Amino acid sequence: MENLLTYAFMQRALLAGFLISLTCAVLGVFLVLRRDAMIGHGLAHVTFGGVALGLFLSVAPILVALGVAVISALGILQLKERAGLYGDTGIGIISSLGMALGIILVSLAGSFNVDLFGYLFGNILAIDPQEVWIALILAFVVLSAIALFYQEFVYLTFDSESARVAGVRVRRLESLLAMLTAVTVVLGMKVVGILLVSALLVIPAAAALQVARSFKEALAVAAFLAGISALAGLVISFYLDWPASGTIVSLSGIFFLIFYQMRPFRKHRREETPSPSPLPSRQGVKRGT
Amino acid sequence: MNLNIPLISVENVSLIRQGLEVLKEVSFAISAGDFLALIGPNGSGKTTLIRVILGLLPSTAGRVLLMGEEVEQFTQWSRIGYVPQKAAHQDSSFPASVREVVAMGLISLKRFPRLLKAQDEVSIDQALDRVGLAGLKTRRVGELSGGQQQRVFIARAIVNRPDVLFLDEPTAGVDAETQTRFYDMLAELNRKEALTIVLITHDFGIITKHVNRVACLNQRLFFHGTHQDFCSSPVVQELLQGEHHLICHRH
Repeated sequence: MENLLTYAFMQRALLAGFLISLTCAVLGVFLVLRRDAMIGHGLAHVTFGGVALGLFLSVAPILVALGVAVISALGILQLKERAGLYGDTGIGIISSLGMALGIILVSLAGSFNVDLFGYLFGNILAIDPQEVWIALILAFVVLSAIALFYQEFVYLTFDSESARVAGVRVRRLESLLAMLTAVTVVLGMKVVGILLVSALLVIPAAAALQVARSFKEALAVAAFLAGISALAGLVISFYLDWPASGTIVSLSGIFFLIFYQMRPFRKHRREETPSPSPLPSRQGVKRGT
Repeated sequence: MNLNIPLISVENVSLIRQGLEVLKEVSFAISAGDFLALIGPNGSGKTTLIRVILGLLPSTAGRVLLMGEEVEQFTQWSRIGYVPQKAAHQDSSFPASVREVVAMGLISLKRFPRLLKAQDEVSIDQALDRVGLAGLKTRRVGELSGGQQQRVFIARAIVNRPDVLFLDEPTAGVDAETQTRFYDMLAELNRKEALTIVLITHDFGIITKHVNRVACLNQRLFFHGTHQDFCSSPVVQELLQGEHHLICHRH
């Protein structure tokens, strides 16, 4: 059996795939809990338009897609907050317009169908050193932003109204979260393609939420599952000659099913926990004690 | 703290939403040490008024002063604790430990990047101890009973030792015995820790037993006064419509 690490393209794929999957999973926990899981799906569609625009203009597609995705993410947020649209209607509108733009540009150009195919289905094995660097920098930016605003993001996700009363600038943070999501979607596009990128955001997070007993545990489990899925998926795809994107997402799905099956055990354990302590006696409440 | 300035002043606040007058020229003040019950029929604007006071909703007319500052300019949010109505209906599958939920309450005390320090663990332990949940710090909040979850939210609201605590129907869906102990705890916080409390409630038992001021709202404020005045007011008879026999007493 040949050693896959002797190939430079596999080294790049493993490094970029691991980091991007981990980033998607961490962000995904916040999105799933905020009932915003579909924003990743919507932005992926918009990204298609951005990539098509980049190819049409002969400008780096990943950068054009990044700009289009960030603007669209903020647009979705505005529609959700101010236009009074129901549920995911804003996502539906923006993502459809993005796809429409892409289809028009593809039709007008008629020459970059092969390139576009790579963005639609992902081609991490063809990732070049420059793209690895872009992925590294963007992953660092996203994870750093989450780390720096961790307390605010957790409060915002759990109870946005109380977070506002605590002085958290909810609107600014929601915009930041939307922009981070846009960046992450564009990053994930290189690993699994536009069509499957939302899976990286949703599935590891959904699996982790089946078993996690705290927020930090949910983040850790989601990151671990995503990292393992990316690394194992790439290894399996290398030896079995399977498509990397499909293999990575399928592994994530298998992990979700396993963790979903573990859920009843957790519920059973909950029933066995003893009753907590009663309220304190009057003497027990003193300021500064 | 300057005791001459009311902690909260609501001055001629009106709110019109979708053509309907939800609040009409509401004025009252809350002083340090008050335990105020805000009562009124369903849809009377109680929750809306609290949301206006806390700056979550802009009023159409009038103004709200928090500690002497207009709510739009107010920045001392660590002096305010809040337990919203929806806390009672929190998603039980949310993966937050009791410790993590209480720690959220410390955020208003911190500057960017608002990281928790070792001494914050002491504050969290103390807050949980004050609400009788010591030892449950590592439990997932969704595993607790409704009454226990409410105490976690109280702990979150008081962990930064605020001057005033707002609670919006905190005992909704909680059994009678737990309600009684819960209100005893609030009374204890009010009396021994001088915590000012503003409580939206439908429970007349709490009004007769623990609070020292009552405000009755039905779009406009039609009663605001002491517990004793409330008990002897004809407004009460109108409110109860002969369905309840009110025995007023305070310990």
